[in-house]
Parts: sequence; structure tokens; C-alpha cells
Amino acid sequence: MTTTVHRQFTFTQAAIALAIALFLMLFLIVPVLMVIYVAFANPDGGLTLQHFASFFQISLMRESFWNSLIVATLSVVFASLIALPLAYFTVRFEFRGALLIQTLGILPLIMPPFVGAVAMQLIFGRSGSVNLLLGEWFGFNLPVMQGLNGVIFVEALHYFPFILMNLVVSLNNIDSSMEESAQNLGASGLRLFRRIVFPLAMPGYIAGAALVFIKVFDDLGTPLVLNVTNMLAPQAYLRITSVGIEDPIGYVISVLMIGFSLFALWASALVLRGRDYATMQRGYSGLAKRRLKPWQTVIAYGWIILVLLLVLSPHIGILLLSFGNIWSFSVLPDSFTLDHYKTVAQDSPRMVWNTMLYCGLAATLDIILGTAIAYLILRTKLPMRRSLDFMASAALAIPGVVLAIGYLRTFRGVQLPFMDELLTSSWILIMLAYTVRRLPYALRSCMAAMQQMHVSLEEAAENLGASKQRTIYRIVVPLMAGGILAGFVTSFMTAAVELSATIMLTTAQNDAPMSYGIYLYMQSAAGRGPGAALGVLAVVIVALGTYFSHRLIRSRAADQEARPLQKIEV
Amino acid sequence: MDPLRKVRVNISNVSMSYGQTPVLRDVSVNIEPGEFFALLGPSGSGKSTLLRLIAGFNQSQSGTIAIDDEDISRVPPWHRNIGMVFQNYALWPHMTVNENVAFGLVERRLPRVTITRKVAAALELVGLQEYGERRPNQLSGGQQQRVAVARTIAIEPKVLLLDEPLSNLDAKLRVHMRTELLALQRKLGITTIFVTHDQEEALSISDRVAVLDQGVIQQVGTPMELYDNPVNRFIANFVGTINLLPGEVRGGFFDSPDIGKFRLPAAIAVNDGKIEIAFRPHTLTLSSPDRSTGPIQLPGTVSEREFLGEFVRYRVKVGTAEIVADQPHLGGVPDFLPGHAVTVSIDPAQVRLFTA
Repeated sequence: MTTTVHRQFTFTQAAIALAIALFLMLFLIVPVLMVIYVAFANPDGGLTLQHFASFFQISLMRESFWNSLIVATLSVVFASLIALPLAYFTVRFEFRGALLIQTLGILPLIMPPFVGAVAMQLIFGRSGSVNLLLGEWFGFNLPVMQGLNGVIFVEALHYFPFILMNLVVSLNNIDSSMEESAQNLGASGLRLFRRIVFPLAMPGYIAGAALVFIKVFDDLGTPLVLNVTNMLAPQAYLRITSVGIEDPIGYVISVLMIGFSLFALWASALVLRGRDYATMQRGYSGLAKRRLKPWQTVIAYGWIILVLLLVLSPHIGILLLSFGNIWSFSVLPDSFTLDHYKTVAQDSPRMVWNTMLYCGLAATLDIILGTAIAYLILRTKLPMRRSLDFMASAALAIPGVVLAIGYLRTFRGVQLPFMDELLTSSWILIMLAYTVRRLPYALRSCMAAMQQMHVSLEEAAENLGASKQRTIYRIVVPLMAGGILAGFVTSFMTAAVELSATIMLTTAQNDAPMSYGIYLYMQSAAGRGPGAALGVLAVVIVALGTYFSHRLIRSRAADQEARPLQKIEV
Repeated sequence: MDPLRKVRVNISNVSMSYGQTPVLRDVSVNIEPGEFFALLGPSGSGKSTLLRLIAGFNQSQSGTIAIDDEDISRVPPWHRNIGMVFQNYALWPHMTVNENVAFGLVERRLPRVTITRKVAAALELVGLQEYGERRPNQLSGGQQQRVAVARTIAIEPKVLLLDEPLSNLDAKLRVHMRTELLALQRKLGITTIFVTHDQEEALSISDRVAVLDQGVIQQVGTPMELYDNPVNRFIANFVGTINLLPGEVRGGFFDSPDIGKFRLPAAIAVNDGKIEIAFRPHTLTLSSPDRSTGPIQLPGTVSEREFLGEFVRYRVKVGTAEIVADQPHLGGVPDFLPGHAVTVSIDPAQVRLFTA
């Protein structure tokens, strides 16, 4: 290597960028374009809107369309109603409940919504524990789990943390002088909140709300488990699996789903444009914290405990279900047993292994791609390098069902080299779908880690004689380790509970990961027990993984505290 | 905008602490109607706390704050009608300049026509009438500060509080803005309290200055009073540059462990005891040893020399002490190089004494 001038691109860098671009083209862009093409294509290859017209002529399709829109919108509304007060409590008041709220923010995320959905039906359903008690004592029922209500209820409870966490971050970034100057000019109370605090926290809220909207739209498992099929994602799945991969309606649904995701992203970007409200200044503090008055304490704790109970109910329910002998038309299971775990131990070690294998490989690929893309974008002057970020992030807008349909169509008939197997029936495709879908998260983590690292640290290494490759190996990667690990964990954990793409790409029982196994069990009443047991196992694995990686990250962070430069570039 | 009614601010016996740490101790000060009043002190002296107390953002444990004899200590900030310009300007990024300036007027539920008129008037006053539709992040630092000022005076506050208003500006703009602030204050006649840690800033534009240290007001006075007659060594040191020599007076002689013994002129004769004598660098005269005259003469050697344009600042070693002496610089006047022997002459009229 003779090039030593910083920030010029080398042949190696260009080759790596090209390889990444090729990978993303092959496993993200082309399959998605294929889906869009099929939705608009005549049998003879010309363009047509005929498929869309026939879509809207089917009443079930029209119904599904509106239902999906209503469910996603109302889930955002209810998630906001849960999250807003909680966020405000943590930021505004000095009280111990803040810790509880932080726990609240993580708990739902360690269990996928479709696992919790069954338990929610047993607790809140028509003949669930709560309604049995309500009926017995007060003579009325709450129809929270009926039809679409159930989907909305489960999704709002599962996804509100996205709004909560984003909102807390942006509320914490508001400088106290923003609020004090408004008070100085005569504003107080609710007007102060409405005119100053909330508008300033808006970017965080919008980001969280858009995420919830997309996630809910994307979720296939929850409606299926709750037996709600008149929504877009279940219809796409049913059309493709029952009518076949040729059915154009499945593709029309896919295009509509992509459309809504893009719309949500576009709308949030539109609102957020030019609103970088980081108002914190040197030496200033966040919003003033107050002590709660006694009656406020009662309200705050009341709300927190109510939400905590709701949030915990799927966890408790699934635990009861996994140990329960028979649980039907009763408040609690009739008796308890370990049989379900025995069944799972016999049936499912293969699934646990599959999950570990697919998610481990996918997360590894993600951090390799993430680090490489982050480096290319932040540390080189490669032309078009931004488009890598754009391509990778585009995966955010692609629902799992759609990606899976794209894979099945694009790679139809493709033979795996050296093996007597089709690519579409191999687990490799499941693993690749995980990789592509989780890449945006891993990429954000890697970008953040690299942005925090001052470029002078690398320049110093080069100045002392390290080549670019050696610098990456000895300086960049070690310093980014925390961020890379965080990226790995996020990718692994979220891939482990992925169902939308899994359900479509799993072709053989032998290749099925845990998430598919849970779904399969949950299909029959007799399978609920073992399904719950497998669900508990999945939650434990995810929770343990999260815990250990947090510890690892924290101990690493402690090591690095001595480095003064870390603080300069934040 | 018309001149505003001038009010008097009385701060009486205010004490405040954060937990165990006292921040203000029995602070009393009266600010006259229409005065431009500075609170000067090093960081941590309590000056900002006092300002925030007047605005209502802090609560004192004891004492009262009164405006025209009306106690406002228990009035919440949003009912005080005391305008404050924040150090970081605290302009709301989600509002345009017009909306920022209109904010307080909207809170006062004024009719829309009145608001439009008052916003325009306030922006005109700071020379930003063309910028109403901009966002704060599209303005320079100096413009942001003008918007912050316009936003505050738009509500026609009784008192104007300025929290280190010039600290976020570059040096040149700072000098320009302070004259502009003063002109604005004179035009409106509004009682203004201004917090700063920069003594030059405080001395140059204030009618009177209160110097705080460790939560205690050390001295209140006009800039010249503070400079010429500091009441203690803290003020002497903090306001301007000064030479301080500790020693003892015995029988008309001053005996310093650093520079030895010399007779004190009758003009500054004091009782026997431990004292410190203080004199400003520019009141000293340096001369060659053979040409010196005057009542107090100290022999020394030049150790350092800094040329500052209008004057030359010398550090002269006298005994074991180092004395700073500023000599006006005029073309052709010979100066003293490091190593030269000189005599430092002190004018007795300019000497201040602090009993230790």
C-alpha cells in the first residue's frame, strides 16, 4: 500500500462497498422490486392496474385494508395514552417510580406479541379470568379481546415502550431555560406543557409513533394467533400459502403494506425536517424536577401499577399456561404440571438449536456489514457511499411477509450449489431474511459507536506507522466493541422472536426455529401448554442474553472511562 | 415603545442554601428606579442565584424581595412580570422570531392586533424588523440575543434581568452589544439588573455595582467608588489590578517581611498593628535610582516587561515581593529592560490600607 493520504478511497474499500451493495441488491432490493413488479404486471409482461382493481372488488380485501389501517392507528393512539403520562412522570418528578417505569420500558420487548396474545386471551378474553371475575361480581364484561380489539390491545401493550423511550430521551434533552423563559413571560401549568414542552419533545414522539405504526402493520403473528384473518398481513400470508405463489392479490397486498410503511416514514420525516431540537447547553440542566404532592403520588403510582399489571399479564399468563394442566373457563388453571416442559424437551431441542444458529449467523453478518458500512460512510470519501446506508435502512420499511414473498418468487427454482436442495426450501433463506431485516438496527449501533470516536485516534495510529487495515484492527474495532456488541445483541434478540418472515420461509419441521414452533403449537388447544413452555424458554433465553450483554457492555464501558477523548465528540 | 414606569427593587435580608451549602447569606440591597445595576462576582458567588430569586425560579429560606414596597417573594414566576434574558437566550426552536416575541403577549391574552403591533415595535427597537419569519437557528449569535431582548421587553416588564447577557458573544460584538443594551435601557428607563463575572463589563456600563463573594455582598457602589475605595482586599483584587503588601505598622514605620522597613508619610499614618497596604499599578512611578524623588521610594529590579500599547506593564522585584507597575507609553520615552535597577515611587494619596 502506498496511499497514505487520509480520507481517500482505496481499491479495497471500493471492492468492499461493491460487495455489500451486491448483497443488498440481491437479498433486499431485487426481491422487493420483484414483488412490486408482479403486482403491476400482466400475464404477458405489460403493466396494468388490473390486480389493484380486483383487489378492491373483493369485499374481504376492502375490509382487511381498513382493518389494518384502523388497528395500526388505534394501536398508536393507545400506546401513546399509556406512554405519555409515564414519560412525563419520569422526566418531571423526583420519585422512585422512575425505576419502575424504566423496567416497564423493557419488559414487553423480551416477549414477542404473538406469544403473549394467547395468554392475554385466557386472562382478558370473553371467558378469561378478568371477565369471569367481573361477570361474577358485577355482572358485566369487558370486550377487550374481541376481534380487532384484541389485536389493538396486545399491540399497544407490546409496542408502547418505543414511544416511551423516545419520548423520555427527547424530554430529557430540553434545557431548563426553555421552560423557565416561558414561565418568566407568563406561561404555567398545562399551557406551558402544550406550548413549549410538548412541541419540543415532538420529534421523539413522532419517531416512536411511526415505529409503532410500522411494527403493528408488519405484525403477522398476533392476528394469526388471535384468529383475526381479515387484516392485510394475514391475508397476504393466506393468499400466498393457500392460493399459491402466482396469486397476484398477495403481491397487491404486499405493495400496499410497503406503501403504508413508506408513508409512515415519509410523514415522520416530513414532520421532523429541520427540527433538531437539541437545546441542551453547556452547564445547563434538564427540565426542573419537582416533588410529587401526596395526591399526585397516588395518581402516578396508580397509573404505573395499572400499566405494570397489564404489561406483566402476558408474562404471568404464559407462565401459568406453561405449568397449567387444563385452563379453560376458569380464573386460574385447574392444576399444575411439568408435562409441557417434558414435551418441549422431547420435541424441540432442534428448534432451540436452529434459533441459535440462524440468529447467531444473522447477527454476526449484521455487525460485519454494519461496521463496514459505518466505516465506509464516516471515514472514507467513496462516491455514493451514502446509498449503502439508504439501501440498508430501506429494510425498515419492508414488512417481513413482503420480504419473504419476494424471496420465494425471486429465488424460485434456484438450486443450491453442491447440494441437492432448492434455495427456497433451505434454512439459509430464513437466516438471510433475519440478516436483512435486522441490519438497520445493527447499522445504527455501529454508526453511533464510530461517530463517538474522534478521528484523531485513528490518525495518531497511522502517524505511528499503522496501515489502514492495521488501524481498523487495532484501534477502530476495539474502541467500537461496545457498540458492535450492542448491535449484535439487538439483532440476535429481535431475530429470535421474528415470525412474519419465518412463518413463510419455514418449509420443513426440521429447519423450524423456536418462533415457528411456538406458533405451530398455539394453533391447537392441546398445543397451548407446550407452546407456552417453549415461549417461556424463548423469553428466558432472550432475557439472559440481554442481561449478560448489558453486563459485558457495562464492564467494558467502565474500562473505557479513563479515555478523555470519548467525551469530546459526543 | 414608550418609556416604562420606573420601579424600585428592595432585597432585604435574603438567605438561601441548597441543602447544607449556603448560597446567599443575609443579602440586602436597594436598587433605585431606572438604575442599571450590576451583580458582579466570581462563579459560585451567588449572583445568578440572586437573579433567579428575583425572577422567582428559586425560593429563599428567609428575607423578602419587594418591588415598589410590595413583597413579591411568594408570587410564582409567571405572575411577576419581571422580564429575564437568559444566558443562552432560550429561544424556542419550534417557533419563528415573531412567535417567540409574541409568546408573553399571547399569555396575557391581548387582542391579536395589539400583539402584532407590539411584536413589530419590539423587533424594531432591536433592529430586527426584517427577521420576523426566521427561525432562531437561522440567526447569528448577536441576532439571537436581540430577539431574546425583544421577547422580554415586549411584555413591558417592571424590571429587566440580564443573566450574563454578553458571555456567549465574541469579544468585539460584546463591546458593541453592551453599549447597545445601555442605550436601550436609557431609552426605556427600565430598572435593570445585570449579572456578570466580568469586572470591565460591570464597571463600564452600570450606574452601580454590588460585588458578591461566597454569598455575601462585599460592597455596593458606583464603579469609581469600588475602584478607588475598595472596602476589603477581595474587592481590591477583584475590581481592577492591585498590589498588596502585608506587614506591620510600628511607630510610624511600615515593616514588611517582603520588602523591609520604610517610614509612612503623615498622610497615611495609622495606629500600630498588622495591616496590608494596597496600591494600583498605574499610580506608581518608575525611575532610574539616581533620579528618584518622593515620600515612599523602594529600590528594585525589573524582572519582566509586557508592552500593551497604551502602557508598559513591569514586574519589579522589590525584596522578595513582586510589584506590578504600569507606565504610560509615549513615543521616545526610554523604558526599562529586565535586569535594570529601578526605584518604585508610591504616591501616598493613592495608597489604601486594609487592617488584617
